[in-house]
Amino acid sequence: MGKYILKRVLMGLLSIFIVATLTFFLMNLVPGGPFVAEKSISKAAQEALAAKYGLDKPILERYATYMTDLLKGDMGISLRQRGRTVNDIIFSKLPVSMGLAGIAVAVALAIGIPLGCISAYNRGKFFDNFIIVLATCGIAIPSFISSVLLLYFFGAKLAILPTIGLNSALHYVMPVTALAIYPTAYITRLMRSSLLDVMGQDYIRTARAKGLGTFKIIFKHAIRNAILPVITYVGPMLASLMTGSFVVEKIFTIPGLGREFISSISNRDYTMIMGTTIILATFIITANVIVDILYKVIDPRIKLK
Amino acid sequence: MEKKKLSLHIDPDQFAPASSEDKESLVVMRESVSFWKDGLRRLFKNKIAVVSLIFIIIVMIFAYILPSFWPYTYEQQIKYSENLAPFEYGKVEQERIDAGESVFPHICGTDKLGRDFAVRLMMGARISLTVGLICAALVLLVGATFGAISGFAGGWVDNIMMRFTDILYTIPDILLIILLSIVLKPKLEQLSHVAGFGWMQTVGPNLIAIFLVFVLLYWVGMARITRSQVLVLKEAEYVTAAKALGAKKSRIIKKHLLTNCIGTLIVTTTLQIPSAIFTESFLSFLGLGVSAPMPSLGSLATDAVKGMNTYPHLLLMPAILISVIILAFNLFGDGLRDAFDPKLKN
Repeated sequence: MGKYILKRVLMGLLSIFIVATLTFFLMNLVPGGPFVAEKSISKAAQEALAAKYGLDKPILERYATYMTDLLKGDMGISLRQRGRTVNDIIFSKLPVSMGLAGIAVAVALAIGIPLGCISAYNRGKFFDNFIIVLATCGIAIPSFISSVLLLYFFGAKLAILPTIGLNSALHYVMPVTALAIYPTAYITRLMRSSLLDVMGQDYIRTARAKGLGTFKIIFKHAIRNAILPVITYVGPMLASLMTGSFVVEKIFTIPGLGREFISSISNRDYTMIMGTTIILATFIITANVIVDILYKVIDPRIKLK
Repeated sequence: MEKKKLSLHIDPDQFAPASSEDKESLVVMRESVSFWKDGLRRLFKNKIAVVSLIFIIIVMIFAYILPSFWPYTYEQQIKYSENLAPFEYGKVEQERIDAGESVFPHICGTDKLGRDFAVRLMMGARISLTVGLICAALVLLVGATFGAISGFAGGWVDNIMMRFTDILYTIPDILLIILLSIVLKPKLEQLSHVAGFGWMQTVGPNLIAIFLVFVLLYWVGMARITRSQVLVLKEAEYVTAAKALGAKKSRIIKKHLLTNCIGTLIVTTTLQIPSAIFTESFLSFLGLGVSAPMPSLGSLATDAVKGMNTYPHLLLMPAILISVIILAFNLFGDGLRDAFDPKLKN
């Protein structure tokens, strides 16, 4: 077990390292630089700026400097937002994105799991079909489409929900809904098929033969086992939420990390691109590693090499 | 030979050799059903899958054939016909109608530059479908080859190849997709001006960038599935038997491995199409997809967001179309899986 955890953690660290390296060299391949856009700056001033931020050095040397700084937890100074460090910007934006994603995860789990159970319990009946149709549609709608449609109907047409920012609880309704639709639909389907699978197992038949009530069978034996695949989905879910958050933050003008990432790319703000990529990648990879380990702890039947 | 009535003689006719028709009527075996026939029969029994397939075919006609017969082109700007509602005519067009000329109606209206929206929708659907189909084919090609080699080789080759995919799998794809598409775009644009790469201009460097990104990142799942299939099949008795009979490796791959994993490969490829369409529309929405004036369903939706209060139909039509296309491919893929891979049915 200890060996397994160690192996997973090392793999995760290696992945983060690879992401950082890839990003570093990729973004330097992008034509244009952080100071090219500002036409008012003279050539000499541009060179001076480049020298100040160390952009005139050869790429390998910059890479080495950046990586050593990164190990110390220093992600440099933003090239475009004057006088602010990347750490500073990221830690002011991160809570916003995290809060949004956290609520979306909670909503998806809180709705998806019961819906999946109800659907499996009423297998083949009207309720089941209804839920499955809804879930199938939910998977097909990209998050930018759902957020734009929400914005149109509830923000503009009915005008009952605020459309910009995150200032009150009501502000959270639309972005969270837009983010949560896909994972909720996915969890519903996952939970349904997994519960149906479990209900066909021998131990359920044994429990029934013992004379246990349906209620007790479902809650004590079935759900506990059926929930395992849902747990493994949490890692990919975070990744898809992040993807969603890029557009949702753009559409609802939320000052989060996703928006920061997109704008830093178009601004060629090298240090910001590195910082946001590394932080986001670290989150996803950590979540995946934790899920992998948790899965093994919960289900001792799984033998991983 | 005549049988004497009331005699105890056995009827000699009963000992005549059976004719071939008699023999056939005794065989109660059903005609053997091939893998394809069986799968297709099950597929066509599935109503949802059939409806999805019909819808997909209609969308393909809509996207690939209809634009060539349409009287407007996707980049043609019609003066005085900006921002029309569906079936509305512009000032000049109205005058022409009054003069007795016939003007083809703008079924879906026009956008703010006076471009016929119906044909833009068609072109958008064409881009989205092309991206989906080509990406799925590329992923199949790269992923299946990689997985098959890895599974078939086994040993340390397999080990190294699989660790490689493990690492690729943990990397958050969307971050790299965004970076890669930005890096690749200008490089490909440069390349498209070089002699011999002129065909890139017609396809569009942006689209090629999207294809490349997909090939680089999305083959991992396909490779894993193919590998696990090959590993199982490699140990199957009939493969051992073929080996014992002296069959060559190429024959085993062609006759046994390929034919047996083709069902899974088809299903996985089909389900790859909607996810490619999904990603393309997402990139277009962020402004990283195809470039103007070429529309994709994602960019059509983006363009319409700003004016959605006044011209909601421009937003709703591409939004609904893209969702329904993804839905149809998902449902068709599920139907295919149930038909060709009954083991996976849940």
